[in-house]
Amino acid sequence: MLGHVILISAQVNSRSGVSLLESVTFGAFSEVQRTSSSGFSSVRNVWNRYVRLRHVEAENASIKRELDDVKVQLQERRALADRARGLQTLLDLRDRSNLRTTAAEIIASSASPDFRTLTIDKGTLYGLQSDMAVIAPGGVVGRIVIPTLRASKVQLLIDRNAAIGALIERSRAQGVAMGSGDPRLRLEYVSETADVVVGDLVVTSGIDGIFPKGFTIGSVDAVEKSGPSYKRITIKPAVDFSSLEEVLVVLTPTPIHQAEEPKHQGEEPKHQAEEPKHQAETPPKRQVETPRRQAEAPKPQAEAPKPQAEAPKPQAEAPKPQAEEPKPQAEGPEGGRE
Amino acid sequence: MKAAGILLAIVLALALQTTIARYVARGTIAVDLVLVVVVYVALMSGSVAGLLTGTVAGLIQDSLSTGLIGIGGLAKSIVGYVAGIVGTQFIVTQPLPRFLVFFVATIAHQAITIGLSVVLGERPFGIPYAAIAGEALANAVVGVAAFQLMELLPGAVERRRMGKSRLRR
Repeated sequence: MLGHVILISAQVNSRSGVSLLESVTFGAFSEVQRTSSSGFSSVRNVWNRYVRLRHVEAENASIKRELDDVKVQLQERRALADRARGLQTLLDLRDRSNLRTTAAEIIASSASPDFRTLTIDKGTLYGLQSDMAVIAPGGVVGRIVIPTLRASKVQLLIDRNAAIGALIERSRAQGVAMGSGDPRLRLEYVSETADVVVGDLVVTSGIDGIFPKGFTIGSVDAVEKSGPSYKRITIKPAVDFSSLEEVLVVLTPTPIHQAEEPKHQGEEPKHQAEEPKHQAETPPKRQVETPRRQAEAPKPQAEAPKPQAEAPKPQAEAPKPQAEEPKPQAEGPEGGRE
Repeated sequence: MKAAGILLAIVLALALQTTIARYVARGTIAVDLVLVVVVYVALMSGSVAGLLTGTVAGLIQDSLSTGLIGIGGLAKSIVGYVAGIVGTQFIVTQPLPRFLVFFVATIAHQAITIGLSVVLGERPFGIPYAAIAGEALANAVVGVAAFQLMELLPGAVERRRMGKSRLRR
């Protein structure tokens, strides 16, 4: 009887066309499979998650070590990337300025907090000389005061003995930016009629014969007037001296060096020929030397304003010697501004 | 031996001053580690040691700076000598008196330096009150910390030795 029922059922198809017997058998067996699979999975999970985890602790420790190594490497790469970015900025400045420069790394700072100097890792071995300008992407840093074979001491702009020929970019008013030992600079010997307002950009004038013309010194931070004359003009330097890591030393001879070494004049006749206007503006050597003396020896300070005030005179009166002088100012990044 | 130790301390202070100080102290806050060493030696060893340390340290520091050589040396000699007298005449074993000595020594050092610069006809510059106050504060903190550290170190070493010997027994 049962055999009949099974036989008849085996020939009956389900709605999907599959034999009812096959369908029931498969349905029933699939549940068995499901149960066995579930049991096997459980056993496998127990095996994998507990029994086989005996070595995981060691593996985990190893991975952690690797992760730590990778983290250190990442930091190293990040530091390298930062350094590369800094060097890229210096390279950009180098390309932009069209000056012959060499990059140097800062290896130490001043031995006394009263004086603001830095030590760079290049010296006379790399062609560095005393009174060479040191610049950074932000602006002017200072000048070399003591070059040795493999290192040089750089006097920062903010050193109390430092001075630099300065120019208000907007009004072209000239003066001398002087360090005072604190983070701000003072702008001295500015004409009473000069137009100076807070926020004005102060750039190098180039008349000191050390710094190329047109490099940023900083911006006017405060202007105090007493009567018609300026009582005090302070400049906030563009460069953050405490975070400097690399700098560029300008190897291109300055007007004084060029005057002393006439050979260099012939090397760059193109610039001179291109911008004769600037040549005419070059002050005679006597004027050029004055701020330099200020920078080196603080004593003749009282004499300093004289040539500054006299500055325009010889320019107008004696164009001949000016025309004879080479013009490195044309090489500056903003040489063509005037 | 003592002189060699002082010389080593000066060299160490100069090395730290030129390498680390610019990262630690920025803006108006500066620290003169060489002056800290001078005052420390003066308080520990008396006025003559303070005077000699100040002379040597100041002259080395001057030769590494851009100013006139001798101004810093003279200022540090005077400060070292006076600090040595203060150390022998008064009880300066507590952090507060030591803090005051370092603070006043820094201000005196600056006053002598600026005074000498004016007398010798150096270019006049405004008295940076904020910078001097900041430096005095920084020097005082570093000086007191140095004293505490130097006093703790021998004790710590002794305690460690005692602990080891107890374990052996």
